[in-house]
Amino acid sequence: MADATPMLETRDVARFFDVSRPPLQRLLAGEGKRMLRAVDGVSFSIPKGTTLSLVGESGCGKSTVARLVVGLYSPTRGSVIFDGRDLAEARADSTQRRRMQMIFQDPYASLNPRWRVRDIIAEPIRAFGLSKDKAEIEARVGQLLTQVGLSPLDGAKFPHEFSGGQRQRISIARALSSNPEFLVCDEPTSALDVSVQAQILNLMKDLQQRLGLTYLFISHNLAVVRQVSDRVGVMYLGRLVELAPAETLFETPRHPYTRALMEAIPDLDMTGRQRIPVGGEVPSPINPPSGCPFHPRCPLANDRCKAEIPAMMPARGTPQTLVACHAVEEGRDRMGAPLVEAVG
Amino acid sequence: MARTQGAMARFLDSDIWYSFTRSPITVASAIVAFICIGGAVLAPWIAPHNPFDLASLQLMDAFKPPAWTEEGDPTYWLGTDDQGRDVLSAIMYGARVSLLVGFCAVLLSVSVGITVGLAAGYIGGTTDAVLMRIADIKLTFPTILVALLIDGVVRAALPREVHDQIALYVVIFAIGISNWPSFARTVRGSTLVERNKEYVQAARVIGLSRSRIMITHVLPNVLGPVLVIATLNLGFAVLAEATLSFLGVGVPPTQPSLGTLIRIGNDFLFSGEWWITIFPGIALIVLVLSVNLLGDWLRDALNPKLR
Amino acid sequence: MSDIKPILEVRNLRVEFPTRRGLLVALDDVSFSIAPGEVLGVVGESGAGKSMTGAAIIGLLEPPGRIAGGQILLEGRRIDNLPYQDLRRIRGREIGAIFQDPLTTLNPLYTVGAQLIETMVTHLPLNPAQARAKAIEWLELVGIPAAAQRIDSYPHEFSGGMRQRVVIALALCAEPKLIVADEPTTALDVSIQAQVIALLKRLAREKGTAMMLVTHDMGVIAETADRVAVMYAGRIVEIGAVRNVVKHAAHPYSSGLMGSIPPVSRRLDRMQQIDGAMPRLSAIPKGCPYNPRCPKVFDRCMVERPELMPAEGNLAACWLYADGAPAAEAKHHG
Repeated sequence: MADATPMLETRDVARFFDVSRPPLQRLLAGEGKRMLRAVDGVSFSIPKGTTLSLVGESGCGKSTVARLVVGLYSPTRGSVIFDGRDLAEARADSTQRRRMQMIFQDPYASLNPRWRVRDIIAEPIRAFGLSKDKAEIEARVGQLLTQVGLSPLDGAKFPHEFSGGQRQRISIARALSSNPEFLVCDEPTSALDVSVQAQILNLMKDLQQRLGLTYLFISHNLAVVRQVSDRVGVMYLGRLVELAPAETLFETPRHPYTRALMEAIPDLDMTGRQRIPVGGEVPSPINPPSGCPFHPRCPLANDRCKAEIPAMMPARGTPQTLVACHAVEEGRDRMGAPLVEAVG
Repeated sequence: MARTQGAMARFLDSDIWYSFTRSPITVASAIVAFICIGGAVLAPWIAPHNPFDLASLQLMDAFKPPAWTEEGDPTYWLGTDDQGRDVLSAIMYGARVSLLVGFCAVLLSVSVGITVGLAAGYIGGTTDAVLMRIADIKLTFPTILVALLIDGVVRAALPREVHDQIALYVVIFAIGISNWPSFARTVRGSTLVERNKEYVQAARVIGLSRSRIMITHVLPNVLGPVLVIATLNLGFAVLAEATLSFLGVGVPPTQPSLGTLIRIGNDFLFSGEWWITIFPGIALIVLVLSVNLLGDWLRDALNPKLR
Repeated sequence: MSDIKPILEVRNLRVEFPTRRGLLVALDDVSFSIAPGEVLGVVGESGAGKSMTGAAIIGLLEPPGRIAGGQILLEGRRIDNLPYQDLRRIRGREIGAIFQDPLTTLNPLYTVGAQLIETMVTHLPLNPAQARAKAIEWLELVGIPAAAQRIDSYPHEFSGGMRQRVVIALALCAEPKLIVADEPTTALDVSIQAQVIALLKRLAREKGTAMMLVTHDMGVIAETADRVAVMYAGRIVEIGAVRNVVKHAAHPYSSGLMGSIPPVSRRLDRMQQIDGAMPRLSAIPKGCPYNPRCPKVFDRCMVERPELMPAEGNLAACWLYADGAPAAEAKHHG
């Protein structure tokens, strides 16, 4: 923790995708270019050795952020800074590039089906020239397999011989093989069964402690996020709407959308509490609503929310929370009371 | 050694091998194709006569009907042609030329098709648009027309002796170059699917170069469909060569292919010497059919949805 | 409970898949029943056989899978041995099905109204005009705004959540006696999930429809189901009232499963996990199929397969609850 430079920082980063139809068709239909604003002005930083999670529903842009910070996409606007250096510059240098790795969602698509497991895991070692010696690479692969709870003998097998959870372990071993410091985990457990999910999350926590890793963790599952995060960012329609220390966020969620998400989680404690789901659905990121993107679904919305995009600012009452909400700023967010009052 | 044994055991245990053994038609066509190809490849060693050894040819033996007919000569099972050449041997040598042209043409189509398809699918954008439009244009010309055109140009440009020397390569080029778009389209389609898979993204995160990702990651995963089309295309290529030779623009008469044999025999069909053209014709049908049946099976076996 | 006749009764259902590597038993000795208006949740990990149970009931087992034993009774009438045509009629009229992906259920070429009307005209004594009025009613009932206008829209014009509502309307409009819902909310976002679950539950209760709800999401089960069956390796390992199973699971697998669900209400230092993975169908261990992963395994588990037996208010297939088990342990766990 002595090093105060954040592992990763994004400054007002945005990524738009051109989803226009081909030029000729566009001309015939007389329509302009259509831009999908997948990520629109997201800023956060991740101190070394900690975990930041981004949560949100599908299409909120969280996976695009994950791909932006490892350089799979380049930002349309804003910048990504990796350990004090601009990401593009850092990625051009293989000694820097080796420090970041990514774990993907689908264990059935993230391993090349034609490669043996040992070659999959050794690929980063070979690509970064970390070792040229065959015996040394083999020893390292065996050690990595052991580290993620598999046997060194598994290296000779092909991916299809493993279950989903085991494949995810192989993915983790591959990611670790270049001795990275920063891991981007894009929904690493959402394709797995719950009992296996617990195995993988425990493994990731162990590895973080042992190797001092920094995680950017992407998930749609709030319960999972609570288990792994130091800080949590909530995304909606390409924007960060709330960013807070994990405990603060789960104990006192501030943004109406965060509160709606919490409300929507099925209650396993069986308290018999009647949930009042927030109505409506996520609008299209091609035509986002004016003003605050959440206003069409928000029970607290007023005219200002329809017109003016709220900025992230410390929330009243929980100053560690950054929240983009006019209602919170104006103190009309009924903190502590139910968001939607039960009708009838 | 242990590794090859393991690979063999894995193959015998695989679903492909299982589906192969469960399909009698496939097994039969594999055997037939194997005999045809074996006979063709080994022709110089196993053919009963050498039809191109002028010293051994005797005009006395011309127009002998097949061995089982009344006038048949037991040394010439399928009879002889107008110059006294053994039809069976001529077929074996002819199939050799046909298959050589077929294989090389397919190899050419595959190489061009894979390169174009990978580049179009993986790089995308303008590269994709340009390459695929070229393929579209190419597809609008029939194979035979292109082959005739190329042959015509080469014939006009080169003196006769030079042309005869390179005629074989001209045919290979003409057929090969007209079939690549089907490979390119298939490879592009599979590449578009594979490039978005997470293992390719993982390789990109590591920072591997585009060409290395294309070759080591994408290519091995798009080869399945290529193999299927290649098998089916082998039949088409052999047929195309036969058509060209039948039209007289294919391989030179000094190296007759099945098509050349059919054309030569055709002149005698109505004067009663039917065997000179019918047997090469049957050989061509059997060869193409067995190879195509194998291709059909391969397509079904590699496509889990149809199983 | 026993005086109400169940809508669905499954007795000793066995489903086999003949493969070239031998016979795979995908479901073995599965028995349960569902009463009118009752929601039975079926949970388990992928490959446990929960979806296959649903498929067997609606007669949509993928070949070469086949029902090799047992009976399926709908209101006391056997439906597992019916010819295909009869089964198809029953499937539309008396059993409604809801799948994970709404797009596979809706025909993209017809408006949702046309599909609703066709279903109702086929199965109910209604003329097209009456059916149309009823279709609008159904769309309103499942919460589609401006139903009278949206009725003439095509499936692709609806969002994911709205489509799943249409599928629910389609499954319910012929007023079936039984609904088989296979992961109906898995493809939906959390905030939409809650809406759809609430809707399903309300409709089942109001119409007295029996519902089999197949899902991997315990949260959904806890909210919706009355009873729950936990499946493992093609068998039911525990069945009982939902509250009892969630709070006091008797079978070590169920309690492990419940324990491995991360709580949203607090942060754990370390999550409870079940080591290992479910066995493949081709390699189900002898004795209790859970024995390689079970923390409470003892000698009897290795040799003899347990049947469902009374266990802490539920039924559990576990030798811990048989006479002569290591008793001290059986009482304290979970």
